[in-house]
Amino acid sequence: MNFPEEFKYTEDHEWVLIEDDVVTIGITDFAQDQLGDIVFVELPEVGDSLEVGKSFGVVESVKAVSDVYAPVSGEVVEVNEELPDDPEVLNTSPYDDGWMIKLKLADTAALDALMDVATYQKFVEKD
Amino acid sequence: MISTAGRGLVLDENLLFEKSQPGRVGYSITGLDVPEVFPESRLIREEIESFPELSEVDVVRHYTRLSTWNYGVDSGFYPLGSCTMKYNPKVNEAAARFPGFADIHPQTPELLNQGALELMYNLQRDLEEVSGFPAMTLQPAAGAQGEFAGMLMIRAWHEANGQKRHKVIIPDTAHGTNPASAALCGYEVITVASDGVLSKEAVAAVMDDDVAALMVTNPNTLGLFESDIRAICELVHERGGLVYADGANLNALMGISRPGDIGIDVMHFNLHKTFSTPHGGGGPGSGPVGVVEKLEPFLPVPVVIKDDDVYKLEYNRPKSIGRLKSFYGHFSILVRAYSYILSMGGEGLKRATELAVLNANYIRARLEGEYDLPNKQRSLHEVVFSEDSLQNDCHTLDVAKRLIDYGYHPPTIYFPLVVHGALMIEPTETESKQMIDEFCDALLAIAEEAKTAPELLKQAPVRAKVKRLDEATAARKPILRWSQE
Amino acid sequence: MRYLPHTEVDVQQMLAQIGVSNIDELFSGVPEDCRLKRPLDLPAAKSEAETLGFLRGLSEQNTKTSDWDSFLGGGAYNHFIPSVIDQLVSRSEFYTAYTPYQPEISQGTLQAIFEFQTLICQLTGMDVANASMYDGASACAEAVLLTIRAGKKRNKVLLSQALPPQYRETVATYCRYLQVNLVDVPLQDGVTDQAALKELLDDQVASVVVGYPNYFGQIEDLAAISELTHASGSRLVAAVAEPLALALYKSPGDLGADVVVGEGQSFGVPLSYGGPGIGFFAVRKKDMRVLPGRLVGETIDQDGQRGFVLTLATREQHIRREKATSNICSNQGMCILMVSIYLALHGKQGLRQLAQVNYAKATYAKEKIAQLDGFAVPFSGESFNEFVITCSESVASLKTRLEQQGILAGISLGRDYSGLEDGLLICVTEQNSREQIDRLVVALAGGEA
Repeated sequence: MNFPEEFKYTEDHEWVLIEDDVVTIGITDFAQDQLGDIVFVELPEVGDSLEVGKSFGVVESVKAVSDVYAPVSGEVVEVNEELPDDPEVLNTSPYDDGWMIKLKLADTAALDALMDVATYQKFVEKD
Repeated sequence: MISTAGRGLVLDENLLFEKSQPGRVGYSITGLDVPEVFPESRLIREEIESFPELSEVDVVRHYTRLSTWNYGVDSGFYPLGSCTMKYNPKVNEAAARFPGFADIHPQTPELLNQGALELMYNLQRDLEEVSGFPAMTLQPAAGAQGEFAGMLMIRAWHEANGQKRHKVIIPDTAHGTNPASAALCGYEVITVASDGVLSKEAVAAVMDDDVAALMVTNPNTLGLFESDIRAICELVHERGGLVYADGANLNALMGISRPGDIGIDVMHFNLHKTFSTPHGGGGPGSGPVGVVEKLEPFLPVPVVIKDDDVYKLEYNRPKSIGRLKSFYGHFSILVRAYSYILSMGGEGLKRATELAVLNANYIRARLEGEYDLPNKQRSLHEVVFSEDSLQNDCHTLDVAKRLIDYGYHPPTIYFPLVVHGALMIEPTETESKQMIDEFCDALLAIAEEAKTAPELLKQAPVRAKVKRLDEATAARKPILRWSQE
Repeated sequence: MRYLPHTEVDVQQMLAQIGVSNIDELFSGVPEDCRLKRPLDLPAAKSEAETLGFLRGLSEQNTKTSDWDSFLGGGAYNHFIPSVIDQLVSRSEFYTAYTPYQPEISQGTLQAIFEFQTLICQLTGMDVANASMYDGASACAEAVLLTIRAGKKRNKVLLSQALPPQYRETVATYCRYLQVNLVDVPLQDGVTDQAALKELLDDQVASVVVGYPNYFGQIEDLAAISELTHASGSRLVAAVAEPLALALYKSPGDLGADVVVGEGQSFGVPLSYGGPGIGFFAVRKKDMRVLPGRLVGETIDQDGQRGFVLTLATREQHIRREKATSNICSNQGMCILMVSIYLALHGKQGLRQLAQVNYAKATYAKEKIAQLDGFAVPFSGESFNEFVITCSESVASLKTRLEQQGILAGISLGRDYSGLEDGLLICVTEQNSREQIDRLVVALAGGEA
């Protein structure tokens, strides 16, 4: 299973790419593998403000459903419009075409709670 | 030699709409004997677009062909765990079709339908005797609506006592309907882990003065009797809560143990499980609810009562949770269940339970060792294996599909969630030793195939009308109705 | 017992394989203090002949619509049921199967449901229909809950007073603890008062629920109500207790409804004292994912053959548990078949013709009764196969008087509608001959049939 070095990770199996005060968020290879064939994605709207730890969207496979939680607080500045029409991209390309939303950070403190790749790898093995 | 599903002609059949021919008819309507009149034209619709036009023969052949693509209890062994797929006696069907039951209108004055009301009243009394509850409603349309009614009564009782409680405790082995029903009553669900059976300690750890009720299934979905149940009920009662029981598995207890005697406050029945009424391809079910005395004022309306030898539907019940559906429960299903009780008698019901438990334990004895059994406690009417002993990356789904090729309906799979790759087998009492032996032989052969020829499992089924279906595409690009291209 | 196949030899062999000496030992997991220490106090088993004899006796104490002149409707309708239906639904591959969890051996049920979903969409003029609910009243309650879910923070629902009383009561039960504010919309001349509706509509209203036809058999002006409702950003729910009307009148979908629910019993389902019925539930595409209940979808198998599966299951309780769109876990499979077969037999022409017959007969009866001294037809609008009359005689005594002549005259409205204590709801279908209607008119006037 592949976990890119440049990302941070959460216990809810999301990845976070930090670029200045904008973060890109998606689900990890582990998450998509656990869910199986993904059939539906629900995303927030641009302009929504998200609170850390609160659900901002839903990912569904045929027989499972998973909420996606905001790893940090902030305002949604972009969503992947392609995703709802092509949810299988989350299976085939979770880190590139399968990105979900971009957030403008409200504060950077929450970033400290995220895991680096080595820590996440250990977390996944334990799971 | 192990028998498998054989071969026969499986006839293809298009959709009704694809068979339709303009101008063809399949009806006859008695000629109009009053002057012909029409509503104002601005209110009238155009003809119903693409509505079928078929002859009677077309329709008969259509549904006859469709029926042959199905597998029912009358086709063969249907050990769907937690669903109690027992034989559906034909006498029940005959009784439900008596014109005096089938052709009676719900708005007929009660005095003119005393037979129907007497039947409902008697059925209430019989279900009370089986369950140990002093009061009963036959209103709920299905088990899930019974749960909803029961939880509404619990909430209404708390509120009548001036209590605003917000939480309901539900074990992780519960059916999904339990948390969904609790949520419909505005409750927050607290999930509690169980180790096979629910322990008093596990409940004590989450029980507080904000908990309205505990919902349990007994025996639970692993087929295990909740051995701490009396102590757990006492604990919940001490803290002011009530205990709801999901009666899905009552087939393990008839004549053995009565939920109303051991501390349960409310329980729903599934007449389509325990009392032999047909599952009908998904329904209609029927979900009567029994309650302890203090909850009786909260029963949904109407309640069937007997007053001076006259049976009545009583509506004037100020504390009632109200009405659940258009009329008085699924009456024709009630007729079938009552017919079953009459045919079985008290002794027969107990014997049914004993043989259901014997059958399940026999399956367990024959398969344990070859299939992994995570819970070793003495189980009752069903047995749950895991997929852990399967080889060559074969999974529960593959075993299920391969069973189809052997001519059986698969067991319930991937439930309960607490068992890894659960294979949940409930044979019921109406299967013979010979049938069960053949089924076990098939499962043992499949375990062997998993070792030596796993592709047989992966490709299965190959003998059914269709092969494995693409469920992901169905969900990604939903086609939920036919439309003209 | 004929359903229990075990011989004594079987039982002994099975016990030996299990490794216990008697059946009692199998119950060792049931603690002593949980045991019932006496036999169940139920009558001894009856033979098949005795069972049928006893039940036939009970059935004969009831009043059959076939023996009486019945003018009862009010949510359950006495329509002719073609012989084909019972013959086909008695095929036990249908009725002894369960929910089609294993699609490869359930294609019969699945295709039948897919066809049912299509028929309901065509009839209601909607995009998506589910695999049925328990009945019209519970479907109506679920529709209200859907509009609350879909309506974001809106929590008010306006119920027309002419929605069937059973539907209104069931909605109230379902909403009892969900912080939904239910408000009645008053009536004007037997239909929803549009001026009052306009007053009540605001940005808190999730939906408006109207009967079509309404409880009095009246055809509501759905187009106008829809326009008012949508102007405040609310959803319109049309509840159809007598769906035969949809073969004649414009469909609710065509008139702007967002949700159409109703009772399918009219289409080939026996009255059976009111149950089981079959609730239908149809929505626009935008609400597909907040639908309650089962859905069947089309797909292909590994060889590319068309097949059908249960789909969009993540809405449902077995996956989403407390966050599910409903707790419902069944569909009315048997009744789906009855309805579908009925609609397939009647088809495009037959259903329309039947609706016209119902309309003509009810109109004939309505006009005859309106001419009687002491009787009036209080509402001026269009009605389908039911209508309200008022009488100067007490309704209770009138009904009793007619019962003595073998006539079930109708349903008293006084219990549910103050101001209509003198009202009687009369239903006339194709089952009522002109002779029956004439007898009713003579009897109402005080004559002997």
